Amino acid sequence: MSAETSFSGDSTHEPGERQGRAMRETFNPSSVKSEPITIGETAAGTDVVLPAGTDLEPEPLTTSLSRPPDDSSVASPKSGGTTLLPLPPELLQRGRCPFDPPEALDRMRQQSTVSLVELLNGATVWMVTDFDQARAVLSDPRFSSDLLRRSSIFSDMPDEVREQLLDERLRAGSFIGMDPPEHSRYRKLLTGEFTVRRMRLLAPRILAIVTEHIDAMVAAGTSADLVQAFALPVPSLVICELLGVPYADRREFQQRTALLLRLDTAVEELLRISEEMRQFMLRLVTDKRDQPTDDLLSGLIHGDADPALTDDELVNIALLLLVAGHETTANMLGLGTFALLEHPDQLDALRADPSLIDGAVEELLRYLSIVHVGLMRVAVEPVELDGQEIPAGATVLVSVPETNRDPEHWADPGSLDVTRVRSPHLAFGHGVHQCLGQQLARVEMTVGFTELLRRLPGLRLAVPPQDVPLRSDMAIFGVHALPVRWDEPESPR
Amino acid sequence: MNIHADTAACVGAGLCALRAPEVFDQSEDDGTVVVLNAKPGEEHEEAVWAAVALCPSGAISVSSAP
Repeated sequence: MSAETSFSGDSTHEPGERQGRAMRETFNPSSVKSEPITIGETAAGTDVVLPAGTDLEPEPLTTSLSRPPDDSSVASPKSGGTTLLPLPPELLQRGRCPFDPPEALDRMRQQSTVSLVELLNGATVWMVTDFDQARAVLSDPRFSSDLLRRSSIFSDMPDEVREQLLDERLRAGSFIGMDPPEHSRYRKLLTGEFTVRRMRLLAPRILAIVTEHIDAMVAAGTSADLVQAFALPVPSLVICELLGVPYADRREFQQRTALLLRLDTAVEELLRISEEMRQFMLRLVTDKRDQPTDDLLSGLIHGDADPALTDDELVNIALLLLVAGHETTANMLGLGTFALLEHPDQLDALRADPSLIDGAVEELLRYLSIVHVGLMRVAVEPVELDGQEIPAGATVLVSVPETNRDPEHWADPGSLDVTRVRSPHLAFGHGVHQCLGQQLARVEMTVGFTELLRRLPGLRLAVPPQDVPLRSDMAIFGVHALPVRWDEPESPR
Repeated sequence: MNIHADTAACVGAGLCALRAPEVFDQSEDDGTVVVLNAKPGEEHEEAVWAAVALCPSGAISVSSAP
């Protein structure tokens, strides 16, 4: 498809000039800009980095880009590493309520459904904050997911870095950054593995894993960091078993994933980590080629893909699934528990009637919208959005947290209501890239939240809520840790 | 109502099978939509419309009878 254009090679547009002009027309500094403070920059275009929005839950990463953490880097993005998407910190920083989108985004939506935002490096992106516009963008083939090759915001990257990012070995099979029909081929090799039915068949095994972890927590006392004891290991173990990745290697890939998802990790560092992960996965692919086992990766290697998948394709597909499979659900379990504990009426309602869980999971997905940086697309031709012309090559960022609080679509969108009638939300994205693993995530959350509430009476925070460390610095929002306590259970199970 | 499904457009998200399981299923092969009941009765209308609204790829549509 049209993905042949390189960052800067497309002579049909002059992004800088056009976007600059558009910006003067639409950008209201008071609504968006303010002094950059704390948080590093963001970089992750979701698609690229984190599968935000698509295919894998929020589309995961693989090639993210961003830069170093300290405050000075925010002010001087040019130093040291290179950042892909240096968002102004006020678009990431939470206000008084940790579950609400940044106030700067709210102000932006009140002004316009589509706003031009200046990044810290002077490049611009269009921010979509309206639900209907968001669905329109995400289902419109004029908006491409092939960001690295098409988006003008990467044209300032050093040649050497760009070359590495565009390396075909890294791109092969990484369908989160592809458009149809190239994308369709890979997606359809996998969709049969993630159907509602297949995922429900996993429920007993997921329950066993959940039970095992809660048993260990209870055996160890009446307090724990829920992230380390439960939220992270449960989905990690599930995706490892499904894919066929040895769980014994989790430390290696969990740490690397965490670095890849940091918004302040420099591109150069991301490339280095990606290469380590590729080597790790390549060894696994090679082993399974020789000795197939009963898992998804072996199935892909020895399946009937035509043409057969290459090692590069297999490695990148497996990495995408591995990263997307644990960080996303892990953060929903951690942040979701925090949200329920901070809304005791909702927690009580769910405890009193566990059959509310399906609706509660959908509501938590909407309310928390952990793919907080947004879903990125690039216009392949000029497109009019809500009266504004988005030029070819311009980058669009769909704000999931903001669109999922659209007052035109939800009454009292800022409140968490586990009895809310279910309606479409954008937590898993929309369009052809909508999260591939969403049915797995639903089963994991359904079982996970149900058992946590059932098995841990009196579950509560062990620290004041303002002391819970938030993941404003990561491509996927959540909590870094969640210290909790519970009462001694009266009888086992 | 008559249900139409475009398996080429379908991306196998499974939302139709989740929301209206008596009308939609997913292929064991590639996860794309399978219509179990192309002319569902009124009792399924609400679920079918919800499924159409949820579908991320516009792969299912409804026309009025006959």
